[in-house]
Amino acid sequence: MSVLNESNNGKELRIVGFLCNWCSYGGADTAGVGRFTQPTDLRIVRLPCSGRVNPLFIVKALLNGADGVLVSGCHPRDCHYAEGNFYARRRLEVFKRLLPTLGIDPRRFEYTWVSASEGQRWQKVVSEFTQQVHALGPAKFVADAPEFDVLKVCAE
Amino acid sequence: MRIGVFICHCGSNIAGTVDVAQVAANAAKMPDVAFAVDTMYACSEPGQQAIEEAVKQHKLTGVVVASCSPRMHEPTFRRAVERAGLNRYMIEMANIREQVSWIGKDKEANTRKATDLVHMAVEKLRLNRVLIPKQIPVTRKVLVVGGGVAGIQAALDCAEGGMEVVMVEREPSIGGKMSKLDKTFPTIDCSSCVLGPKMVDVAQNDHIDLFTYSEVESITGYVGNFEVTIRKKAPYVDWEKCTGCGICTEKCPNKKSFDRHNEGMGTTTSINIPFPQAIPKKATINAATCRKLVDGKCGVCAKVCPSGAINYEQEDELVTVKVGAVVAATGYDFMDWTVYREYGAGRYKDVITSLQYERLLSASGPTEGHIKRPSDGKEPKNIVFIQCVGSRDVSIGRPYCSGFCCMYTAKQAILTKDHIPDSQSYVFYMDIRSPGKAYDEFTRRAQEEYGAQYLRGRVSTIVPLGDKLLVRGADTLAGQQVEIEADLVVLAVGGEAAHGAPQLAEKLRISYDSYGFFMEGHVKLKPVETNTAGVFLAGACQGLKDIPASVAQGSAAAAKALGLLSKDTLESDPQTASVDLKRCVGCGKCWNVCPFGAIREMDMRGQIKAEVLEAVCQGCGLCNATCPQGAIQLSHFTDNQVLAEVEALCRC
Repeated sequence: MSVLNESNNGKELRIVGFLCNWCSYGGADTAGVGRFTQPTDLRIVRLPCSGRVNPLFIVKALLNGADGVLVSGCHPRDCHYAEGNFYARRRLEVFKRLLPTLGIDPRRFEYTWVSASEGQRWQKVVSEFTQQVHALGPAKFVADAPEFDVLKVCAE
Repeated sequence: MRIGVFICHCGSNIAGTVDVAQVAANAAKMPDVAFAVDTMYACSEPGQQAIEEAVKQHKLTGVVVASCSPRMHEPTFRRAVERAGLNRYMIEMANIREQVSWIGKDKEANTRKATDLVHMAVEKLRLNRVLIPKQIPVTRKVLVVGGGVAGIQAALDCAEGGMEVVMVEREPSIGGKMSKLDKTFPTIDCSSCVLGPKMVDVAQNDHIDLFTYSEVESITGYVGNFEVTIRKKAPYVDWEKCTGCGICTEKCPNKKSFDRHNEGMGTTTSINIPFPQAIPKKATINAATCRKLVDGKCGVCAKVCPSGAINYEQEDELVTVKVGAVVAATGYDFMDWTVYREYGAGRYKDVITSLQYERLLSASGPTEGHIKRPSDGKEPKNIVFIQCVGSRDVSIGRPYCSGFCCMYTAKQAILTKDHIPDSQSYVFYMDIRSPGKAYDEFTRRAQEEYGAQYLRGRVSTIVPLGDKLLVRGADTLAGQQVEIEADLVVLAVGGEAAHGAPQLAEKLRISYDSYGFFMEGHVKLKPVETNTAGVFLAGACQGLKDIPASVAQGSAAAAKALGLLSKDTLESDPQTASVDLKRCVGCGKCWNVCPFGAIREMDMRGQIKAEVLEAVCQGCGLCNATCPQGAIQLSHFTDNQVLAEVEALCRC
């Protein structure tokens, strides 16, 4: 498939979002309803819960050419499924620290909490993360990445 | 698979900033897509018919609709494909309105993004499987949290519809804020005469089980089958025996207890019945001030109680009930106005809140309806009302309008003149907001008939002046400063979400905004629903509103609950987890993480395996992300489906 990103001109980067249906996806909708302008780089995958996010999804995205990945769920203690985001928080925090060993700049991944009423917060989160990824530029092939020095990372 | 793709213009909402024809042309090239078209309004009747016809004509086996958020119209399009003979889960939506066309004006970038989102939906749909919902039995009982006027209305309407109702109220009596009001706008109806009979109806209704002085401890389960644990706080009085005769309240030697019902205007006894019309009319001991409970010396009430109802050893009790639906009607509280130093921050006795003033006006209040100011009990002649105290004030983080203060202030100005004919009321206001039936006429009456002087401007300071208060402010219409020597100042304090509302929301698993108000399902179209199935909202807990609006919402919530529980069974959502027994190694990680206890251990020919209880599974997918074998998969959000979406984005 090559219908996508044909005339990208390198202005846009590929940012994948994994959002829980109940809070953050709703927050992104609220931002839309409020016409809070955002950068266009992000594409959102809707999931039931941030706890559904398998770190594997993020790795696959980053290794397959995504320049950034954003995960967003309900605020802690406000999970639609009571405790899903607690699991997400633990997994994703550990996962973020693991990224350098995979040769990936951990700044290419963020996780955050946005509720369904926080349209403006969502706008801020998207804008800031997009800026952050743009500052890093397009992701290089993993083997060429300067961070990909396992020995150095292990020594640290 | 034969997929049909429908790209919605949504008038100019989408077509204005997305080249929908181009997106449709791009979609036609995607794998398995047999038909792609752009359509004016996909959700309209002709739009849905076009989808149905296309399914039949092109022998489609799956449909992608690229339009608004699936949170808005997924059910609509599921019904449409079902009418066309497809399984209702063979549809995916691409959100190209809220998440594309409305958040950017770059048509080229938007068209690219919309194409990507359609591509993701197509790739996900290719892995969708037919799902059949199961029928689950429901408990035909409703829990109403909060016994204010909204909750009372909801409970009575549910009971009227033949539903069993459990009402939980944290105060010793139901009635809420309305029971503290003297009169109501815009008719000067006596509040307790309007509310009282409804409260009695609640008490006498066989279908309503009333738990006052109780709070919701926890809620588990799901729509149709919630299990609620209620904490009955110990009143230290056996309510089965208490007859509400009130002898204990006459004899109690400690008369300095804070009077919650009277908002601290006057004091009350340690054992008391909040007000004469209380439902239930039972005595409660304030454990913080009762001499017997604090230092073991007294016991007068136990001696005088003719029915032997006093029990100092009583403890909290936990009760569990099963319900099918929940109506949250927790109302509001007033913000802490003492943050305002210009109004004295609580230092001046004669600066009181509007609700305290309401208690002074009330015949059942501490002054028996005679307006006596708190400092010296004198009848005030000059009374200053200040509007918007804690409303529309960004500087203290309260940008919203409380909505009812303009009206109750006008009412209080009118009542003041009725009580004290030679008095003069002054009202400092920002704008008069009176959009309701006969509301604006009412505020005019306060000015024209009752001579209340309305001054458009803010008060800058209040300083004591002898036994009076000097109120300094601006009259922006006259363009001058004003000084009024007031005997009493009444602050129209703005409302905020009831204390403890966020904690309740967390128990109910519903969302709340930054002010603690509960989030409705949709701002316009689902004003009493929440995003949690089976949980409804009534009254000011959703946003501040006056009595008529609260009552209307109470009835609306009841109608929703009645509709939901009108059937004996509900359709379960089949988007649940399922186990591939060949891959499962019985490690037990899934049943440990499941928040609902929906996975259990089972024995299959001597091997331990996991088993999903479909009716209990809520479809969060925690188990899916936890399973080291990938053996447990959440239907419609399987690993392969999510990865297909990721691939669609990255590998191109």
